Amino acid sequence: MNYFPDEVIEHVFDFVTSHKDRNAISLVCKSWYKIERYSRQKVFIGNCYAINPERLLRRFPCLKSLTLKGKPHFADFNLVPHEWGGFLLPWIEALARSRVGLEELRLKRMVVTDESLELLSRSFVNFKSLVLVSCEGFTTDGLASIAANCRHLRDLDLQENEIDDHRGQWLSCFPDTCTTLVTLNFACLEGETNLVALERLVARSPNLKSLKLNRAVPLDALARLMVCAPQIVDLGVGSYENDPDSESYLKLKAAIKKCTSLRSLSGFLEAAPHCLSAFHPICHNLTSLNLSYAAEIHGSHLIKLIQHCKKLQRLWILDSIGDKGLEVVASTCKELQELRVFPSDLLGGGNTAVTEEGLVAISAGCPKLHSILYFCQQMTNAALVTVAKNCPNFIRFRLCILDPTKPDHVTSQPLDEGFGAIVKACKSLRRLSLSGLLTDQVFLYIGMYANQLEMLSIAFAGDTDKGMLYVLNGCKKMKKLEIRDSPFGDTALLADVSKYKTMRSLWMSSCEVTLSGCKRLAQKAPWLNVEIINENDNNRMEENGHEGRQKVDKLYLYRTVVGTRMDAPPFVWIL
Amino acid sequence: MEKVDVYDELVNLKATELRLGLPGTEETVSCGKSNKRALPNDTEKEIESTGKTETAFPPKAQIVGWPPVRSYRKNNIQTKKNESEGQGNYVKVSMDGAPYLRKIDLTMYKQYPELMKSLENMFKFSVGEYFEREGYKGSDFVPTYEDKDGDWMLVGDVPWEMFVSSCKRLRIMKGSEVKGLGCGV
Repeated sequence: MNYFPDEVIEHVFDFVTSHKDRNAISLVCKSWYKIERYSRQKVFIGNCYAINPERLLRRFPCLKSLTLKGKPHFADFNLVPHEWGGFLLPWIEALARSRVGLEELRLKRMVVTDESLELLSRSFVNFKSLVLVSCEGFTTDGLASIAANCRHLRDLDLQENEIDDHRGQWLSCFPDTCTTLVTLNFACLEGETNLVALERLVARSPNLKSLKLNRAVPLDALARLMVCAPQIVDLGVGSYENDPDSESYLKLKAAIKKCTSLRSLSGFLEAAPHCLSAFHPICHNLTSLNLSYAAEIHGSHLIKLIQHCKKLQRLWILDSIGDKGLEVVASTCKELQELRVFPSDLLGGGNTAVTEEGLVAISAGCPKLHSILYFCQQMTNAALVTVAKNCPNFIRFRLCILDPTKPDHVTSQPLDEGFGAIVKACKSLRRLSLSGLLTDQVFLYIGMYANQLEMLSIAFAGDTDKGMLYVLNGCKKMKKLEIRDSPFGDTALLADVSKYKTMRSLWMSSCEVTLSGCKRLAQKAPWLNVEIINENDNNRMEENGHEGRQKVDKLYLYRTVVGTRMDAPPFVWIL
Repeated sequence: MEKVDVYDELVNLKATELRLGLPGTEETVSCGKSNKRALPNDTEKEIESTGKTETAFPPKAQIVGWPPVRSYRKNNIQTKKNESEGQGNYVKVSMDGAPYLRKIDLTMYKQYPELMKSLENMFKFSVGEYFEREGYKGSDFVPTYEDKDGDWMLVGDVPWEMFVSSCKRLRIMKGSEVKGLGCGV
């Protein structure tokens, strides 16, 4: 390869798109490193504090697309205080200063402000795509800047963000000349929507493929929108309450029949289930169905809908579907690859919730299943063993038993054997979330068998440091380890400090690690940021002395090439 | 509901309690030090009898960050639950001139007339007759409500279900303020 001119090598590299592969290429030799960095357009940064924008741009000056992740995963569950960090503004400021030709920005768990959105909208002439997942800190005013200033906007995709809805006119800020939209997802907005502006926008966007509406868009508006956009591929229905005899509903039925490209359906944020039959004609084309926010859709209406969806690959549903409903899924959806069953009753007492039976049925009926997230009332080892036998191809297996330390409900044994069977059979397993009563034994199995495991979530599990040690020693590909309320302490934490070089991050909350243990770790590993988050009494930890035998409330450590971050709030102590 | 009330009381007690333990070592909710082997039935008994939460495993609903569901999703489910399944949708009711407010559960009513009767009984007034165009006629009092968007609306204009899901609080307006709502007196 070294006898080819650079342009040829670069051309070959163009075909290599995965981040992992490109990273590997850059390590081959100096010449390849150089060619790779100048041709790299897409960069993925899994932890925004592992690097800073200046260094990023020095290495990849031709950056066009950036993915940034901020807060640790457990922030989703309120375990990380709001002001912890993950601020977008410094990144936008640096990117703007460097005049890089940014076109795409994808953010997860970052704190985004209206100011940063405004700056973003004004700084990059070719900006095309903004995807925000689980972010917060901004309002519809920020969206208005994006709409108004990004002349070539293709994607505006807002997924599950906390957005302050000022009920302004952000939709009417899209200029009449804006006709390039492909994705428009504002389902998470809570306020009123300017329906006229929305309809006009959709009417002038012939490339619109994905449209996800919020609950303020009623059924009659939906009907009009679908008439304007029969080319739609991905639809999120807002409010779906209407009289089945009304003209709007009839109009909607007719419009739906014309949407022959529709493959993905979601939303139904407020729904009159008997009107679902309007969608039956296109169900046989659906590959993705997300009804996890449609609390009012259950029972026979839900079942009827699913029975029409024979080509479904992805299904997100509430546990009100019940085991019986899952059996219908198992017998109908033979192409199913990904299933997520969410709890509909957070206090965990519903009779219609799902059990191990539903999971077994799915595993038996859906041979292509590779990803599952399953919230359930109870589980047994036998069921998990059966599931492992039926589905050895799991890549992601996340089980959440609502009562976090519940044993096998038949034998009262811990669920070690069940999860052990899963990791033993599923040789490609990359992500695993545990729950239920678990001892150190399950970790022995994980360390032994889960060779491809990259992310592991542990809660209320294990007996001694051995548990954590099995995992750290055994799982060579571990990237993200997050542990809460488990009895792992300093011995496990400090056993192999160099392990953390190969990992993105480690989270430990309400465990047995002490301040002195964390201090020792920070000393041994200057390339780690060791953060202690103590909301209650940050100062007292130092003053009381006690030789750091105090337990640390929350520990978050991650590798970084840029040292301590400067934007940490007072309750975050970086050792 | 009762268990939640008991637990709320316990949390408050903990906040004002004087104790000898090191600060930050005992959290009422996340319990890494607790006896994780306790089965749910045992722990509920413990909570009610000892009044302590450090050895008991709190009811699953009160564990911080459990079940592991994104807060965005949790907020959505809670709203729906409160609205639809008899967990009660309690809203404050104020009446101009009354010394204190009341609370009512909107899910207890099926339609507007029931609600009006109940309000009339509660505050000892009469609301007049509702007309689609002119609003309420024949009384000094007008029932209004604050909707999800923060606007004050006349009670009775929208379908009942829509009203229940969007009503945040009620206010019975009286006298001179009433004129703005176009009510003929």
